[in-house]
Amino acid sequence: MTAAKKVGAQTVAFAVPPVVSATATVVGAKEGQGPLGNTFDKVIDDPYCGEESWEKAERRLLQEAFEMTLNKANLKPRDVDYLLAGDLLNQIISANFVARALAIPFIGLYGACSTIYEGLAVGAMLIDGGFAANILVGSSSHYSTAEKQFRFPTEQGVQRTPTAQWTVTGAGALLLTATGTGPRVTHATIGRVVDLGSGDPYNMGAAMAPAAADTMVHHLTDTQRRVEDYDLLLTGDLGIYGKELLEELMRSYGHDLSERHNDCGILIFDRENQDVHAGGSGCGCPATVTCGFIMQKLRERKLNRVLGVGTGALMSPLTTGQGETIPTVGHAVVLEA
Amino acid sequence: MGRNLKRTFDPNKPLEMQKQEYKQMVKKVSPKPPVIRNSIWAFAVGGLICVVGQAFFNFFEGLGLNTLDAGAATSIVLVFIAAFLTGLGLYDEIARFAGAGTIVPITGFANSMVAPALEARTEGMVMGVGARLFSVAGPILVFGITAAWLAGMLYYLFGPNAPAGS
Repeated sequence: MTAAKKVGAQTVAFAVPPVVSATATVVGAKEGQGPLGNTFDKVIDDPYCGEESWEKAERRLLQEAFEMTLNKANLKPRDVDYLLAGDLLNQIISANFVARALAIPFIGLYGACSTIYEGLAVGAMLIDGGFAANILVGSSSHYSTAEKQFRFPTEQGVQRTPTAQWTVTGAGALLLTATGTGPRVTHATIGRVVDLGSGDPYNMGAAMAPAAADTMVHHLTDTQRRVEDYDLLLTGDLGIYGKELLEELMRSYGHDLSERHNDCGILIFDRENQDVHAGGSGCGCPATVTCGFIMQKLRERKLNRVLGVGTGALMSPLTTGQGETIPTVGHAVVLEA
Repeated sequence: MGRNLKRTFDPNKPLEMQKQEYKQMVKKVSPKPPVIRNSIWAFAVGGLICVVGQAFFNFFEGLGLNTLDAGAATSIVLVFIAAFLTGLGLYDEIARFAGAGTIVPITGFANSMVAPALEARTEGMVMGVGARLFSVAGPILVFGITAAWLAGMLYYLFGPNAPAGS
């Protein structure tokens, strides 16, 4: 027996597309100064957000994003069926601790930087499956917590390579509902874990581009659509070089993305003036750009159909230390105005 | 994009061949670090740190310290300055441009101890700062001490005062 709502190998088509009825974004100072600065709901200039550690600061960003989303939708935590969240820190502590504070039934997710899209896909499935009416989805990252965990202490004097990316300090949250007004989630394509042999943790775009390509190709095949059916094909955090690699990979599969592709990591920062090298990265990058800028454009109907592909690098400092290459994943959802 | 990447990747080939082709693609797309610019910065800043060190050295010698003591006093001052700048959040800003110029001198060693200590203080003084203090500097110490021991042994065995020659 085949699954009723499954289309092709990896895609589901929702019978009643769930609605993104409210979104909220909270970002740090650098993101607030970036080109998308005015699309975020709140900018917190203090990297500690008034807390005593960066980890607590990141939780604060995530919690504020969730609370703001609930306020916009005029809902209380008890009105929400499930909270779907994740982040980059060990044991997804940002999400876990915020879930403790909100006391909403919680499903923790880890898809590295793809988490917001993983959450959108799973949340939409839960709603269209009839298991929930209201779902909160969110994800966060913080420059200093990510640097501390994955790279060097932040005050360590190191020189970054040109392909390195800058972890976004920010959190994005959205409310998925069975009914209401707002952009709709019509399809989701769950990605396979892909590894084309990149092992350089300072070149994440190169590691993740094959996962984005794999999911995009399967999505287009499954839905029998073409690139031209979308106003925008948006990737999570490939950065400038990952973007180029993705476009080249897609060309080899016979798809020309050129005019229709963009990347949250490129959109969020001004690469010329903000010293971010290849662009932004981190869970907060696709989360804040999607929940902010992209949803705004969909609501204004400047964009009508977007294929968003969140990309995540699924390594840890331990596996890198042991000489392993980087497994990566891309999760896609279709958002329609 | 102007770069000649056409027909470099074939998704129908076996995975191992795809990996090879992809590696070439990544190499073509990813820019190399600006080695010459980085070297000039490293030379200038590293040299400047040495000049500052020399100035302190001369100053201490002028106060009447002998060469060894003046050297020790200079190291203490340079380590303090580097630790202080790390605490102010300035050392990493300089290192972004200076690279090896700020890593190689003794100031880099100070930075590599203070930076993890600053981060670990939220985890307490003992298991936080105490345990993490050497997380970056540890390898430098291990291999530095090993190298010093090896050099000392070689000097002892084959140097001018070697036991075999006496």
